[in-house]
Amino acid sequence: MDDLIQKYAHKLIHAGLATARGANAPLIGGKDQALVWNRTAQEIPVLTSVFDRLAINSLVFLRPAPPYDRIIGFLADRALKTTGRITPTDCETRTFLHDLPVADQFTAQGMVQALSCRKTVIILTKDRRGQSRGPAVIAPGTVTPEQGFVHVSSVCFACFVKFFSDYLSGLKTGHTDPEMDAVYQQILPFLETSQPGTSPSSSLMSGPFTDEAQATAAMSQAGKQVVADGLVDSYFGNISCCLNPILYISQTGAALDELEGCIDPVPLDGSSSAGITASSELSAHLEIIARTGCRTILHGHPRFSVILSMDCDPDQKAGCPFNTRCHTHCPVSRHIKNIPIVPGEVGTGPFGLCHTLPKAFDGSDTVIVYGHGVFATGDVDFIPAFSHMTAVETLCKNHYLDQVKQLTQRTRKSELS
Amino acid sequence: MPVCLFTGPLTATIAPTSGRCHMMSISPLTGLVGDGSMGGKMGVQLKRAGWDGLVITGKSDTPVGIHIQDNQITLAPAGRLWGMPADRVHDTLAPGKDSLACIGPAGENGVRFAAVITDRYHAAGRTGLGASLGVKKVKYIRVSGTGRTRVRYPEKLKQAREDIVRLTAASPALMGQFGLSRLGTGALYDLMDNRCMMPTHNFTATRFGPASRLNAHAYAAAFQPRRHGCKGCHILCKKIATRADPGASLPEFEAMSHFTALVGLDDIHAVTAANQVCNRLGMDTISAASALACFREITGRDLTPESLMTLLEDIAFDRGSGKDLKHGAAHYAESMGHPAAAMAVKGLELPAYDPRGAYGMALGYAMSTRGGCHLRAYPISHEILRKPVATDRFSFSGKARIIKISEDLNAVVDSLIACKFTFFAAGLEEYANALHGVTGNPVTARDLLAVGEKTVYNERIINSLNGFDARHDTLPDRFFDHPGTGCAQFFVPPIDRAGFESAKSAYYAVRGLTPEGRPTKEKAKQLGIDLHG
Ligand code: SF4
Ligand SMILES: [Zn+2]
Repeated sequence: MDDLIQKYAHKLIHAGLATARGANAPLIGGKDQALVWNRTAQEIPVLTSVFDRLAINSLVFLRPAPPYDRIIGFLADRALKTTGRITPTDCETRTFLHDLPVADQFTAQGMVQALSCRKTVIILTKDRRGQSRGPAVIAPGTVTPEQGFVHVSSVCFACFVKFFSDYLSGLKTGHTDPEMDAVYQQILPFLETSQPGTSPSSSLMSGPFTDEAQATAAMSQAGKQVVADGLVDSYFGNISCCLNPILYISQTGAALDELEGCIDPVPLDGSSSAGITASSELSAHLEIIARTGCRTILHGHPRFSVILSMDCDPDQKAGCPFNTRCHTHCPVSRHIKNIPIVPGEVGTGPFGLCHTLPKAFDGSDTVIVYGHGVFATGDVDFIPAFSHMTAVETLCKNHYLDQVKQLTQRTRKSELS
Repeated sequence: MPVCLFTGPLTATIAPTSGRCHMMSISPLTGLVGDGSMGGKMGVQLKRAGWDGLVITGKSDTPVGIHIQDNQITLAPAGRLWGMPADRVHDTLAPGKDSLACIGPAGENGVRFAAVITDRYHAAGRTGLGASLGVKKVKYIRVSGTGRTRVRYPEKLKQAREDIVRLTAASPALMGQFGLSRLGTGALYDLMDNRCMMPTHNFTATRFGPASRLNAHAYAAAFQPRRHGCKGCHILCKKIATRADPGASLPEFEAMSHFTALVGLDDIHAVTAANQVCNRLGMDTISAASALACFREITGRDLTPESLMTLLEDIAFDRGSGKDLKHGAAHYAESMGHPAAAMAVKGLELPAYDPRGAYGMALGYAMSTRGGCHLRAYPISHEILRKPVATDRFSFSGKARIIKISEDLNAVVDSLIACKFTFFAAGLEEYANALHGVTGNPVTARDLLAVGEKTVYNERIINSLNGFDARHDTLPDRFFDHPGTGCAQFFVPPIDRAGFESAKSAYYAVRGLTPEGRPTKEKAKQLGIDLHG
């Protein structure tokens, strides 16, 4: 358990969600017979009591590092004044977390209550003067600390996406307020320092690949780069490389930066079902390869692509009969520049993205899935797929910032006139 | 000994995979708690007839059938059906929309691993419940109900259903290209071969040479199966042949593996035929195949497709070698002076996951309250299928608590009722919402786990009262003494006995048992169980 606790503490730091020291350092506990923690902390007695009351074997406690502290703090504060939960609409939340309960007390009782119904809880306490130490995100696991790591990281991702989505649509509909503006201004510097896709795609292995060892090494390398560049969080995303007659694809729940030993060979003729552990998007990958003849596919959850994929004109949205089911039913042919945005849920259900995504590749080598992420292809290796993904994310980020700037200016002008 | 047949609070509602029911007694094979989940539509019909469950006590002098039609319960003479295979009972009684569970000759003849066959294709296979009904001379149970389950908050239930269905759609193991929905449980066959976990030649090896041509793909090509499943299920993991042997129920993964690798045969038509024979005569495929693998090891006589069929019939009809084999591998091996050849835990033969390749499975087998069972803790989920996250399958680290928690969880699943497969994707979080919707009483995953913990402890108490303790919570020596078959990427060493023993002690501590594996009054009291004596 010790090694796992340390491993996921490092991963949180590496992902920029935590810091190595100080208030934003992760605190992770694991229990088989005895309970062990990765460090000492004043929160341990209360969290130990959570362990005693829930059937869990691990728990991640994190006061997220900036800018997540501001974002989550803002959303949590609003939630406490209304429903007591944050309701993001991105795919990670929609599929796995449902919604994010918020509590205003750091008590075992409150956490146990929330965690009895949901996978995470956000705590936002304030002292008598209304000052907060910043939000904390707590997520337990019943199998390994990886569960807590994944869920804490999804909370950060979901809140980031929700804040920027809400802000943009707020500006469009005139529903922002000074507090929200202030938070936006505070986080802006973080956006400017973190550029998506800072690694050059040319450092990736060039193809064509001739054997399994080369293909899987190229996948591992590209996977690491996608994670290092912040284009995907925790264990999401997937990657594949086709070497006729076999498709090599990342396993379900495999972290893209730890692909060694987690790649399934799937014969294209279906003669083996060992790929039952392959990514939930295996069907979509197979279909994309069959339609386009591409050799590599990369899928990540770059944030601004996800945010802009959900950006719909308010008037159009108001009149749309599907406006509560955009992620599955959006009937409009939508694009960012010339990159198509398609609806579709994870997997192969009736509204699964396996029905919408492959077709969209007929006219593009990059496709965005509504509220979910980006899929990009390459003809021989991962170089073009990676640069498509970073290009679309840069495009979306710039487009977002431009839109906000224009809308803010417009609002100011109309306030002045 | 009473035989109980129970539905759960979700039965006959739109909660996904809630159509199953559960049968239980004391196992005639093991002397432990004996139970089996029963697919088909029995649960739904029983609930619609207005009954939560049925407790059958006493026994009849002559064969009978139990008829339940709403609140009418009658016993019908079944002498003319006695001796009939299960498929003919179905043909004769032609239940139509009613649900029909029956035993075959194996249950009548005291085969200790006799099954109960429901709605033609579904078996409550394990622990010999067919023999429990046979002793009572109950040949069949037929149920039809016209009522409806009242749901307190239909919208809440609908929301929970949507959440669960969305999660299953996102699960490669369930709904993916090679998932159970497309290929049936046979989808696991290649995976077990690939992970060097296929029990071969009575667990003396863990890889079987011809495996790659005996997989789900081979069955799909030969039989072009259609999908079939339990009432109320959207996964539909059962496969029925449309070609070669139309209407034949295709073998589950366990039968595919055990009727090939375990017994040393490599013919999918023989597997399908053996599976059919077991279904018709009413026997558990896992125990039957394991008894035959034990027979092969002890006698040194290799099996052929023909001798396989003959031996299965001999067991069911209590003749020839079947007279000994019908008592199960453990009794047979003991009687032949080779107890080590029985690959069973506490008398229940092991399924098709070699524990040398998954240490949670090793611990799960040893601790299970019904003997060598993979379903009580179902560690295959995280050790092999990577859900909810992957664990290191060659390590005992953390496994004691994981096994304890998942046993509690699966006890809840068997009580709700839902199908265990759904839990490769969904969790108690979503099912607690479904239950809240049905009953109107708010309930959390944590509340449900507490019920599961109590259930498992209760089973421990029953087993303890019947003389079981830590001495029985172990694996056959073979797993500690002999390696499995490795491959280019990894070895499959024997299980380290000290590591296993320490995980076992950790499990007892976490479960609240004494170091001897016995329940305590204090823990029982804490769980709300009154433990006398
Ligand atoms: S998955 Fe299979 S066993 Fe489970 S309820 Fe559905 S059809 Fe029945
Ligand atoms: Zn994704």
